[in-house]
Amino acid sequence: MKKISVGIDIGSVASKAAAYDGQEIIALAMRPTGWSPREVGQELLDEILEKTGLEREQIHAIVGTGYGRVSLPFVDKRITEISCHGRGAFYLDKSIRTVIDIGGQDSKIIKINEKGQVLDFLMNDKCAAGTGRFLQVMANALEVDVSELSNLARGSQAAKISSMCTVFAESEVVSLIGEGTDKSSIAHGLLNSVAEKIYALAGRLGVEGQVYFSGGVSKSELLREILEEKLKKEILHSQDSQYVGAIGGAVLGYK
Amino acid sequence: MRPKTMSKVDELRGANAIAIKEAKEKGEKVVGMYCMFSPQELALAAGARAVSLCGTSNNPIEEAEKVLPRNLCPLIKSSYGFAITDTCPYFFFSDLILAETTCDGKKKMYEEMAKIKPLHLMELPQSSQGEKNLNFWVNEMMEFKAFLEDFYKVEITEENLKDAIKLMNRERDTYKKLHQMNMNKPALLSGVDMLLAQWARGFNVDKEKGLAIIEDLIKELEEMKAKGISPYSEDNPRILVTGTPMGLGSEKLVRLLEDSGASVVALENCTGYKPIDTNVALDKDPLVAIAEKYIKLPCSCMTPNHDRFELVKKLAQDYQVDGIVDLAWQACHTYTIESYGLREYIKDEMELPFLQIETDYSDSDLGQLRTRVEAFLETMVS
Ligand code: SF4
Ligand code: SF4
Repeated sequence: MKKISVGIDIGSVASKAAAYDGQEIIALAMRPTGWSPREVGQELLDEILEKTGLEREQIHAIVGTGYGRVSLPFVDKRITEISCHGRGAFYLDKSIRTVIDIGGQDSKIIKINEKGQVLDFLMNDKCAAGTGRFLQVMANALEVDVSELSNLARGSQAAKISSMCTVFAESEVVSLIGEGTDKSSIAHGLLNSVAEKIYALAGRLGVEGQVYFSGGVSKSELLREILEEKLKKEILHSQDSQYVGAIGGAVLGYK
Repeated sequence: MRPKTMSKVDELRGANAIAIKEAKEKGEKVVGMYCMFSPQELALAAGARAVSLCGTSNNPIEEAEKVLPRNLCPLIKSSYGFAITDTCPYFFFSDLILAETTCDGKKKMYEEMAKIKPLHLMELPQSSQGEKNLNFWVNEMMEFKAFLEDFYKVEITEENLKDAIKLMNRERDTYKKLHQMNMNKPALLSGVDMLLAQWARGFNVDKEKGLAIIEDLIKELEEMKAKGISPYSEDNPRILVTGTPMGLGSEKLVRLLEDSGASVVALENCTGYKPIDTNVALDKDPLVAIAEKYIKLPCSCMTPNHDRFELVKKLAQDYQVDGIVDLAWQACHTYTIESYGLREYIKDEMELPFLQIETDYSDSDLGQLRTRVEAFLETMVS
């Protein structure tokens, strides 16, 4: 019988799951995390079983990752999202050596070796600057959906947002709106602010080899372009980028 | 598998709180100190008890923030908070406080502290290099000696100083021997217990009593070693922790590391090995010898501070570590800035995994810290 492993990544905003058969990823699932990491984890597992037509007993290993990994009672192993993101990105493209991940709660830069193992990493500190949370709060202040920021900002002259701190930046945004600054310019300024924070983090660790951008925020095309310009490097991205942690978990659990 | 003697170590702080009260009631002299630059020898030579003051708990920080800014190192806020809330018995029973001009935050906090207790401030040179700085520091020793003589109306003789040096050298040797027990592979004592034992050194009102307990602990560890007993196996990554001081209430990083499967085998910081690495020479003028020892303490307040990097390297080799964790308290400029240089140095000299942690005394970031610590340890397996 074929071995199947599952990775479940409970993030602060979205939770993801992936199933792996030793060759390739055979199913993916995603749901908003909501209030109960434990429930959403179970739902994701059920969805994976449904999609693959497998029985629970046919899954030989389940790996939990993400900040909610501790709340999953049914996993065989818990691995941090850092190792999982590194391994997941490597699964998608063997040339990747640096992963930039911007999620809802934190952002990180991960360096991996030619086996997909983590060599070194840096994470943002306690504050929300440079994370999805920062953009979420600012999008609310602008009264737009966070997914629209990138398109809204494109082509505009970026406004200067000088504070990295979410609380101060929010009042900056409010006063920019008051002064009649275009929402598109403000959105552009906000993406710049996130890029600056990530650029500083990346500079500290050093960016080597092929770069890959993962996490929910990686969907923002313009942010990716700004980062490419700053890092003077092409940044890979894929449709699956939000699933990278879950994929890495599934691959790591397979052994 | 925790050595039985550790329960006596646990009791030290409480027992010493009573001992300090009794000493005070007998009319004894007490000098309180915060920093590892403080020359305990001088206070001892004046016939006083030299004690460390509390500053490792989150509890009094809220009170301290009524006076001090929030965005300040928790060690400074906690120290001041303990002092103003009368919750540190050692501060309460101290006749005077010995302070040094180390980092900006501490030195400015001392201005406020001086309003509630007599405080003698030693001016510390900004560099440990060269004759000029040493002479300056020797002069500070002379001034502190004169201050003590005047304050207590005593005379501090060369004899008194030499006796104090001998006692302190013996204390340092004993604690060093304890620290070295974890050179054993696997380590004999958990990192948390080592931290508690080393940190409690400062609270020994009666130094001989404290030393006797540590000697018992060493004996017990030697027995464990002979029997091949250890709380760890070969699988637990051996970690060296460097950076800012830690103690009961601020030991969360070491606890987190060990809860996640590491064995913290060496503590380079001021509540660990750093102050006990070297002794005071006995073959020269005592004040000069004391100044020479203390000025060489590799603290990030000194510039340059290359000696710290070398000490980290020496410990990393002697204790055969698998990774290095550098702790900085939030808003501590000297240690956070130095962390970059340390990271580079370790990469160039040792190629060991390196993790920097910046945090405070609260539990609010435990989840994030756990992820970092676990990920760091995951890089060491497989
Ligand atoms: S780290 Fe520096 S300032 Fe802090 S206790 Fe040690 S010597 Fe003093
Ligand atoms: S940890 Fe840093 S800021 Fe705090 S007292 Fe020590 S040197 Fe000063």
